[in-house]
Amino acid sequence: MATVTTTEFTIPTGNRNTGTIAVAMSGGVDSSTVAAMLRAEGADVIGLTLQLWDQNRLAGMPGTPDAPKAGRCCSLDDVYDARRVAETLDIPYYVVNQQERFEQDVVRPFVNDYLAGRTPIPCSLCNNHLKFDQLLRTARQIGAERIATGHYARNEYDPARGRWILKRPADLAKDQTWFLFGLTQEQLAHTLFPLGHLLKPAVRQIARSSNLTLADKPDSQEICFIPGGNYKQFIANYLQEQGKSVPESTGELVTISGAPLGHHEGIHNFTIGQRKGLGVTSPNPLYVLNIDSASRKVTVGPESELNRPSLICHRANWITIASLDGPMRVQARIRHSQSPAPASIEPTITPDGAEGVLVTFDEPQRAVTPGHSAVFYDGDEVVGGAWII
Amino acid sequence: MRRVYMDANATTPLLPEVMEAMRPYWMEHFGNASSIHQQGQRARTAVDQAREILAEFFNCHASEVVFTSGGTEGDNTALFGLLHPGDHLITTSIEHSAVLAAADRLAHDGIATTRIDPLPNGLIDPMEILRAIRPETRLISVMLANNETGVVQPVEEIGRIAADTGCFFHIDAVQGAGKIAIDVNKIGCHILSISGHKMYAPKGIGAMYVRKGTPLDPLMVGGSHERKRRAGTENVPAIVALGKAAELAMHGLETGAMHRLAGLRDRLERGILEQVSGTGVNGFGAPRAANTSNIWFNQLEGEALVIALDLKGIAVSGGSACHSGATEPSHVLMAMGLDKNRARASLRFSLLKTANEADIDYALEVIPAAVGRLRELAPEMAETAG
Repeated sequence: MATVTTTEFTIPTGNRNTGTIAVAMSGGVDSSTVAAMLRAEGADVIGLTLQLWDQNRLAGMPGTPDAPKAGRCCSLDDVYDARRVAETLDIPYYVVNQQERFEQDVVRPFVNDYLAGRTPIPCSLCNNHLKFDQLLRTARQIGAERIATGHYARNEYDPARGRWILKRPADLAKDQTWFLFGLTQEQLAHTLFPLGHLLKPAVRQIARSSNLTLADKPDSQEICFIPGGNYKQFIANYLQEQGKSVPESTGELVTISGAPLGHHEGIHNFTIGQRKGLGVTSPNPLYVLNIDSASRKVTVGPESELNRPSLICHRANWITIASLDGPMRVQARIRHSQSPAPASIEPTITPDGAEGVLVTFDEPQRAVTPGHSAVFYDGDEVVGGAWII
Repeated sequence: MRRVYMDANATTPLLPEVMEAMRPYWMEHFGNASSIHQQGQRARTAVDQAREILAEFFNCHASEVVFTSGGTEGDNTALFGLLHPGDHLITTSIEHSAVLAAADRLAHDGIATTRIDPLPNGLIDPMEILRAIRPETRLISVMLANNETGVVQPVEEIGRIAADTGCFFHIDAVQGAGKIAIDVNKIGCHILSISGHKMYAPKGIGAMYVRKGTPLDPLMVGGSHERKRRAGTENVPAIVALGKAAELAMHGLETGAMHRLAGLRDRLERGILEQVSGTGVNGFGAPRAANTSNIWFNQLEGEALVIALDLKGIAVSGGSACHSGATEPSHVLMAMGLDKNRARASLRFSLLKTANEADIDYALEVIPAAVGRLRELAPEMAETAG
């Protein structure tokens, strides 16, 4: 296999059908199809499933189903489905317990973000800390060269730049690159995204023609560790399980001019741009514009006030470039469901004095949400991304 | 690829003699042992013969042998069948979950349990059991050999304590049976349970010794099988198989099979300790079943090593499988005082009695290399403690 050596590590640049490939199998259609595709290509395939969260853990607590619902990530049903696929394909299959790391690196930051008035993205944290870090490490430890996942994204090595590039997939409706901006060069070099060039209906077709019984299983949409999707209840239940209670964070709802409108039950109940459940009535619709964790003031106002011309983000990861050394034209995307919008980025210093990125949009953007990420694109390519503060 | 099975404490294959012994009882001698006719009598004869072998195996009377579906049923029967609300149970924190989960359920019925922790070498101190005895203590339940470390418990001393204090005494001998000679009179136990598939008989069969006169309520009620101590049509082929396996086990114990196995186990253990740095034996210094070695490895995750070895053809285990199949750190090792990381980084090697030198050679060739790769790719990990 051809390799390019950098000072830090050796980046393989060869084709994908050399060496053992570990497929990260969630029990869903996408990753199952990846396993089937690689097996059909004759690759040496191992199936791995991360056990991340015990779906029985908070069962029976308020707002939580007594038994885990089918179709949730990490539920026994999903492990069963993944195992059945592995059996059908006749590949070795193992469940790897990463519950402690998941709790430490995803669940606790998730809870703490909300309590601090931010709106977290657990899937990005899971990708950075579990799927492309721990799972890749385990895969390589057990003798695999690379992992393959069912993400809709593409990656390829560009000899001209000497870098691995992450690109948007063929199926833009399924584009998951917003969740993948944190991948390092080494991670990209050891990862395959076999679905990157396929449209979802084709994936289901491959699943059917591979005799996978789960070909028509619905996609999962919710946060995997919050069956039912009630994150406020989850936070309360989780803290209660830890012997804590939700910290007192009640405060005032205020208008842009600072006039009090009423009280709220805690800043973790709000996210920027939220309209429902504000607890105040108004002739015109009101939206959450700002959450100030220090004063616990939640500012609300008309939708037009949600737009922001710029934002600052930090803890950047760069993919097409080694570092951001000056201004650059990109398209920036501040939520998964949004199309990238033209913007300029440049290095800046955050209010905390750390390295940051200033993003200035050509057109103001709606609901800039601290805790979310800003991901920068150059056409199909992911330039990099950072966490909004 | 060569496959070396080193997970005998999880389950064992049938020995050929066992397979042959049970073979006629599926299609030819298929009768119900309770039937009056010739087919029934043929089956009854086979069950009686097996019962007599088990009586010899336990050193008890044939009427004191009860066939069960396996170790879990035996353990459950002992606890559920002897304990009533208000009673007190003494057991240990290193028991199999067939005992610990039964004790958890009994807690709902007002039956308190004291769980004795082992010493750091995995041994239970009988004095700790004596100290835990209360006026209402009715049952002491202790395993003969631990499934994870192989450590053999001082059951005779505990038996004397039970006799002196008037407590019933149950032995979970699932892992000891076939590896250690059993004499229920020497042990002084009232109930002792074994499982077929840990001793080269099939899964789904087990047996209990129940001392005559022990007021043990049955777990299963129905027909009057097994002197009303366990209802359900006798699993004749499996009972025949268990009889044959017990016979072979006794023969093996008499002819030094365990001595030979201990030699292989010690060579494997020494080889790993010499060739791989940062390793040690859990339960070292305590008497251990001849086939079992539980080894901790610094600077790696045991789960990954189990997988890596499996892909190289060596079947071992680490920790206990949780419901999804993922591994949880062993409660046995944690009870011995290992920290979570060391417990996670401990692997159990348990040899079949058919193991040979070539198996050990292969393991010693593969294990150091696999550990090396894991450590090379591992993030900096804190030293574990034990």
